[in-house]
Amino acid sequence: MEVIVYGVANGMTFVLMAMGFSFVYGISRLPNFAHGALYVVTGFITWSFINSGGLPYWLSVVLSLLIVSLIGMAIYQFVMIRVRGMPISEIIVSFAIALAILEGLRLQGIGGFKGFIGPGYVLPRVIDGVVEMPWVTIDLQRIVIIGAGLLLLGIMWLFTHYHKIGLSLRAMAQHERAALMLGINSDRMANIALGIGSALAGLAAIVIMPLGNVNCESGYSVLTNAIAVCVIGGLGSWVGTVLSALILGLATTLMSAMGGTMWNNVLVFGLIILILILKPSGLFGRQKELEERV
Amino acid sequence: MNHERKTMNREIGAIERRKERLDRGIKARTEGLYAIQSWREVLYLLAPRASLIIGLLVLPLVLPGLYWQRVLGLAGVYALLAISFDFLAERVGLVCIGGAFMIGVGGYISGGLNYYLKLPVFLTIPIGTFGGAILCTLLWLPCLPLRGIYFAVVTFMFPFLTTSIILAGNLFEGTEGLSPIAGFPSTWIGIYLILVILLTSIFGLRRLCGEDIGVVFAGIKDNDQAVYASGINVTRVKVYALYIASMIGCFAGAFVAHFSGFVGVSLFAVDFSIMPISACIMGGPGTLAGPALGALILAPLSELLRGFGQLRVVLYCFVLVGFILFKPEGLLNWATRKYHQIEHWVKV
Repeated sequence: MEVIVYGVANGMTFVLMAMGFSFVYGISRLPNFAHGALYVVTGFITWSFINSGGLPYWLSVVLSLLIVSLIGMAIYQFVMIRVRGMPISEIIVSFAIALAILEGLRLQGIGGFKGFIGPGYVLPRVIDGVVEMPWVTIDLQRIVIIGAGLLLLGIMWLFTHYHKIGLSLRAMAQHERAALMLGINSDRMANIALGIGSALAGLAAIVIMPLGNVNCESGYSVLTNAIAVCVIGGLGSWVGTVLSALILGLATTLMSAMGGTMWNNVLVFGLIILILILKPSGLFGRQKELEERV
Repeated sequence: MNHERKTMNREIGAIERRKERLDRGIKARTEGLYAIQSWREVLYLLAPRASLIIGLLVLPLVLPGLYWQRVLGLAGVYALLAISFDFLAERVGLVCIGGAFMIGVGGYISGGLNYYLKLPVFLTIPIGTFGGAILCTLLWLPCLPLRGIYFAVVTFMFPFLTTSIILAGNLFEGTEGLSPIAGFPSTWIGIYLILVILLTSIFGLRRLCGEDIGVVFAGIKDNDQAVYASGINVTRVKVYALYIASMIGCFAGAFVAHFSGFVGVSLFAVDFSIMPISACIMGGPGTLAGPALGALILAPLSELLRGFGQLRVVLYCFVLVGFILFKPEGLLNWATRKYHQIEHWVKV
């Protein structure tokens, strides 16, 4: 029972990590490999606002989310816009930005900047406390994660299916030229997509990070987890995203319960490779099935 | 609207100029057989090639010490990886960002043979090269029907998978790695070995791309459906290309194992996958010699910046982004244009 509850919570962290990436890549076809870096940046900005700026928790959360989405938009406006439509260049550029951000946060000794290294950076929990149920004991933060995951999923689904901007984002992914002809400004849409995607990465950071501490290394693992969820679930499919995140979450929790945390990475990477070989568009991907194989 | 019109008017009002590019006469002449008729034209053709060969062969002699010679060896490894990436990505259309996997497989095979069976260097390197290439090709065989970004992601994930398997299963001494591995009899032999292999692979691959199979490679890059429709087995041709490229990569791996006297999971590090790509973008994609030059510039540069710690990676990412954004043709393509063409501004 414990495994199932913690597995679902774990799955929801995967959903949260992947949601921004999936929104930007699956819906708008922009591979944003700076996703993990934005996730880490949010953690550090929020920490600085709370601890160095002395701002209240909610204000600093809102401010850092705004800043991160501005960073995301800037990445598109100044860099990605120039390599639009060349997938490999898009990946290389955004990954280089991610590397620059993540390694830049660890810079030491320039202008008295000490670098964000060490275990001292911990974000406060949204609600502290533990719930004891007859069959399982779980901390409130994990319940917040599950709740936030479900809530955001609902909002994003409604947004991409009923809101005008969400619909135009999907149109762009399906057929950019047709979308252009119908008066959708694809650059502006992509800009908005990256802004929202970055804010989602930031939200994930604020909800997930209190479980551990804020460190730069998690940026890379968040990116791989996000890619894993998107690839396994299929691009542009919310059902696939949720299902594959739950599968990954349950499987990794089960692995840890059986005493093999070491094998978690093997499982994640193995699943990615297996799914990519067998069904590159993912379990539930319907888009562009013809374009991926000879 | 009004503002836009104003700027448009200003642009029309100003003298518009564009850059006109004309081929030098000597370029047109040397493309035929006429080059044999005059020494000047023969020199024009030979100069770039000869300066590359002579430059590379003289370089170890003029370097100031053992440290820089080792840096040159490492730069050679990156150069080989960059060529292999360039060949696969720009000539065959397989974007393979798993250079670290080739390095790791080649290194572990030849290092392991030396460590466990005590085989000498001149046996382990060929076994590592050819055996590693066969292993890489076999492991990547199921991914070959994939195209573009999907193939890139799969190959990028392979080194991570192998690292986590080695660490989780504690294979080959796990985190400790295998050490010591026998080195080369002298550093000179090592350096000249890698430089000769580097030159051979640059010119060999250029020749290969001009042969019949090179045309098929180019066809697969441009339109694989058309190649498929002409009755050629696309996957089989891709296997040839992958085998050749991973042979180069695995040789680099075997070399690095013996050159540093150590085999560990660091051979699967992301550096080996990313650095060749930036070398390729900096040097000029599709030119084969360009990526090698890029690696020979980038590797010593990052060695010079080693004292700055993490700043090294940051700077080096900025170089990468800058080149992709502002000079996507790369250094060698730019230099070739300068060599072959006269440029001047003309009024429109």
